[in-house]
Amino acid sequence: MAKVLMTGNAAIGEAAIRAGCRCYFGYPITPQNELTEYMATNLSRRKGCSFIQAESEVAAINMVYGASLVGARAMTSSSSPGISLKQEGISYLAACELPAVIVNMSRGGPGLGSIVAAQSDYFQATRGGGHGDYRTIVLGPSSVQELADLTHKAFELSDKYKIPVIILGDGVLGQMMEPVEFKYEAPEQLPVRSDSLRGAKGRPSKYIKTFTSNPAELEEINWSLFRRYELIKKEETAYETFLAEDAELIVVAFGIAARIAKGAIRTVRASGLRVGLFRPITLWPFPSEAVRELAKKVKYFLVFEMNMGQMIEDVQLALEGRGEVSFYGRPGGVIPTPSEVSRVISRLYYQKGLKQ
Amino acid sequence: MKKIYSRPKSLKKAVFHYCPGCGHSIIHRLICEVIDEMDIQEKAIGVPPPGCAVFAYYYFDVDMAESAHGRGAAVATGIKRAFPEAIVFTYQGDGDLAAIGTAETIHAANRRENITSIFINNAVYGMTGGQMAPTTLTGQKTTTTPYGREDRLEGYPLKMSDIIALVKGSVYVERCAVNSPANIRKTKKAIRRAFQTQIDGLGFSLVEILSPCPTNWKMTPLEAWHWIDDVMAKEFPLGVIKDITGGKDAD
Repeated sequence: MAKVLMTGNAAIGEAAIRAGCRCYFGYPITPQNELTEYMATNLSRRKGCSFIQAESEVAAINMVYGASLVGARAMTSSSSPGISLKQEGISYLAACELPAVIVNMSRGGPGLGSIVAAQSDYFQATRGGGHGDYRTIVLGPSSVQELADLTHKAFELSDKYKIPVIILGDGVLGQMMEPVEFKYEAPEQLPVRSDSLRGAKGRPSKYIKTFTSNPAELEEINWSLFRRYELIKKEETAYETFLAEDAELIVVAFGIAARIAKGAIRTVRASGLRVGLFRPITLWPFPSEAVRELAKKVKYFLVFEMNMGQMIEDVQLALEGRGEVSFYGRPGGVIPTPSEVSRVISRLYYQKGLKQ
Repeated sequence: MKKIYSRPKSLKKAVFHYCPGCGHSIIHRLICEVIDEMDIQEKAIGVPPPGCAVFAYYYFDVDMAESAHGRGAAVATGIKRAFPEAIVFTYQGDGDLAAIGTAETIHAANRRENITSIFINNAVYGMTGGQMAPTTLTGQKTTTTPYGREDRLEGYPLKMSDIIALVKGSVYVERCAVNSPANIRKTKKAIRRAFQTQIDGLGFSLVEILSPCPTNWKMTPLEAWHWIDDVMAKEFPLGVIKDITGGKDAD
């Protein structure tokens, strides 16, 4: 199919429909409304599909839970404060081993914060977010094309590992328009998971639950989840490197910050500075192995985030003291320019005596 | 000899964990009888709550899925929208449906979701040890209203079924009780009518059931039955609150 010009939010919606998403339940919040509106226009009257503008984010995620129970591909989306409200449902989805796709077009926080792009929900997304010992797969796209590709992948991963998947975007990604190509056609038949609750016809009745009065049973559930998480870490970690082969300094950034960093790196490369980029695509599982591998050749790492320093902890944990980690961050929805970041890179480069 | 009473097919052969005199076991049985009589065991999906009935899936021989506290109507909505062939019911207590789940319940009703809510009103939070519920009566002592519920401080008993009846999308709302053989029969009839409303695709149905909790009321089972008549039903009158199903009798 030819490329079309779309906002990131609309591209997620189109990609979700093409991934066989049957149900979308959402609640308005800026900067992700275009996605809810896209689904209202393009999913709500589709055969076998359902769209609800829910009474709250809490209700929306619980509707997703209901749809997932009966085997439908289901999605919800929101932005930071709304994602906080969804954490209850995400914890239940994780506990019940139910697939679901949750989009967070994150904005500045804490509190009501701002409506512009920020990356301050990294901790919330990658550490589970709600109560209990669980993880979700977290994907960090950095372009509209990648939003579309990763939305499809999110549904696949979610079904494969029976785990909620979070797409962690931001206000810029959601609102900006870019050419995008959809690599999949919508399926003729919407998928239904075979292990779901469809009524006790031709088989004994079954139930899906999390509560137990037996700690040993719950411990085993936690172990079982943990084993799956280890498998996901092994199989599904994804990242991108950019001009990293000969780099003396690596910038580590995700999502829209990585796009800004690329511009900055091109600028400093023009002045002969050997700087590259490491961009995790899966924020959980974090590509720790790949970061450690880089540290065999590179000593200096600059973590750049649009927050006060969250992913930096994963970089430090990955490096286990091997490299030297610096940080540059702008919180609250301030979006740094590539030239600003290039100055930060250059300063660090010279300070460390890397320029011969 | 003619067999006139036996375990419903959709009620599992398990021993109830409920306290002596509790209404849950009666209501479970009634729902299962209705499921059997309407022959919907293969299509039914139940959504039990946190609380005393959290283990409902050990008793109902139908597909079931646990809901978070208060979210039953939202979960049932997701189930029904994604799988309209299912007969979907929630089983919720007063704290669940009328406090933390107020929004989910009202809006599911307002969207005319084609689901059924079985709403157990026992005027207390049972499983957590007898705290005040939204339906706790004025003057009633609970562990969190040790001086008796006082309107000005703790609010009034909330008549959630009446609120639901006001919502345009609700189709059938009735309040019953399980404190006498006659009332138990009426309750069964109401449950049947609620399921029939859903089968006919008419929209949201709710059956509120005044149910004894002798343990937390600190009464004998018999005293609890009397208290429902003498006190509870005065605040929460029994009967059909709303019926726009078109008068088609489920029986």
